[in-house]
Amino acid sequence: MHDKTLTELAACLAAGEFTSRELTESLLARIDRLDGEINSLITVTPDAAREAADRADAARAKGEAGPLTGLPLAIKDLFCTDGVLTTAGSRMLANFVAPYDASVVERLKAAGTVSLGKTNLDEFAMGSSNENSHFGPVKNPWDLAAVPGGSSGGSAAAVAAGLVPAAMGTDTGGSIRQPAAFCGITGLKPTYGRVSRWGIIAYASSLDQAGPMARTAEDCALLLNAIAGHDLRDSTSVARGVPDYTEELAAPLSGLKIGLPREYFGDGLDPEVESAVREAVKVYESLGATVREVSLPHTHYAIPAYYVIAPAEASANLSRYDGVRFGHRCEAPTDLIDLYERSRAEGFGEEVKRRILIGTHTLSEGFFDAYYKKAQQVRRLIRQDFLDAFEEVDVLMGPASPTPAFDLGARKDPVSMYLQDIYTIAVNLAGIPGISVPAGFAGGRPAEGRPVGLQILGTHFAEARLLNVAHRFQQATDWHLRRPAFAEENA
Amino acid sequence: MPMHGPARGASDMVPFAACFPFEDIRIMALEHADVLRAAHLARLGLSEDDAAHYLDDLGRILEMVDQLQALDTEGVAPLAHPLDATQRLRADEVTETDQRDRFQRCAPAVEQGLYLVPRVVE
Repeated sequence: MHDKTLTELAACLAAGEFTSRELTESLLARIDRLDGEINSLITVTPDAAREAADRADAARAKGEAGPLTGLPLAIKDLFCTDGVLTTAGSRMLANFVAPYDASVVERLKAAGTVSLGKTNLDEFAMGSSNENSHFGPVKNPWDLAAVPGGSSGGSAAAVAAGLVPAAMGTDTGGSIRQPAAFCGITGLKPTYGRVSRWGIIAYASSLDQAGPMARTAEDCALLLNAIAGHDLRDSTSVARGVPDYTEELAAPLSGLKIGLPREYFGDGLDPEVESAVREAVKVYESLGATVREVSLPHTHYAIPAYYVIAPAEASANLSRYDGVRFGHRCEAPTDLIDLYERSRAEGFGEEVKRRILIGTHTLSEGFFDAYYKKAQQVRRLIRQDFLDAFEEVDVLMGPASPTPAFDLGARKDPVSMYLQDIYTIAVNLAGIPGISVPAGFAGGRPAEGRPVGLQILGTHFAEARLLNVAHRFQQATDWHLRRPAFAEENA
Repeated sequence: MPMHGPARGASDMVPFAACFPFEDIRIMALEHADVLRAAHLARLGLSEDDAAHYLDDLGRILEMVDQLQALDTEGVAPLAHPLDATQRLRADEVTETDQRDRFQRCAPAVEQGLYLVPRVVE
């Protein structure tokens, strides 16, 4: 059961081959046996999972099953879950039991899914390797010496290891797409505002977006159907109809116009990653697509602009952790300032402190125009690059990351870690959707190497098109069917 | 404004640090006092030693950020929201019920519905 897709599992449940309870027990046993090695889950919720599975089986018996009824998944520990520990990967929230469900969690429950637990992540979603978690790093199931990517590293690793068929992630600068690429799975970052942020612990509010991570584009479509849509509780959620994302999956690609941004194929790109991506593009040509080079001239300003905007928003968002209302509180504070300063110094890890300090500095008196306003102006230019490109082509394609997964502990310098996200960050600044799909391997160690992700970008609200383009690739190739030896040996 | 970087649309732009030829553009070097000031504003306890440690990291991050200065943004409107949307208003109606007890369950210290903090007024 552990290597099936959501779509396959739904068919098995419908045919009565096994029940949701049996499926749940089987995956819980697998988590119990294997997760000690990869550390992909911070909290496992077996009791709640069994109850949800039984409810799903009862609903099915009454003929009330929907497309996701009884299907197991895991949720990044950044989504508030009622009555369940919600840590954001931080010591600050190591004792925080959320008093409510995030909108996404509410919708997934209403759809009948069975959550098995909460996945590990970089603290407050700040990181690209999952090494910034208070609960320890996650290992990549393809190579236990490698990082799974971040910040949704636990979600990606759990799916790759066959512990769950799907997981929810969030993406502020690449945090769904890059770990999906590193772990050989499919991950979709929807358009900003497509999925409600209500109840997701905030990092950078003008960039954060939740999305599905699964084995196939088809499964991502199923999940997006459940989570997309307007939510009055998130004032940035968009009031716009939600199509059935599964409907156009099989549409033919003849005439599809693909743009390859020349800035995404320059120096710094691993040659094996480049050749995997170029091979993938050839597959599209064989499916009837036409390919041309385009330019996104402000690409190289995306990381500098992001490291003004995201820390600025983070410093404001994280000011709520005061040691008074919830979260970590220091011992024996002498006065209120001491309470704030020590609770925050003890509760936050290194990278979070760095970003709070950067954000506070750039927003402070005398620096605002030179940093924040400038970055917001550059943000408009970056978005315009994409809008101009989408006048000429339907989708953009390139690598999700310049390299395959790097070794644990290999990137100690924060700036070199930030530069990893060169191909994903501009997408969040522009608010457009992007998907990463498995497209080969690079590095040749161990035998097969480490997975490579093809990133496909579309204009605002083009999720159905992206899922269609990704699905057709997965019908023509088998990269998404490859499983790491770790998952196979432990079947 | 001096243009140290590649011209707009140049085809040889590449992603890594080596390809950022803007290193001489420093709008303002970060100093030890700036780190302590930011820590104070953020109510983040930082010892002198911590501040020295962060000074190096933050300095390099800001150096990377300073590359923005190479770009002419004269007349470009700042973009705060990727869809250029404005804040939506809702009807001025009560929609929340009183759930104080529930929400205070996760607080470090409460008494009779009040959050406990060290004495503020002597």
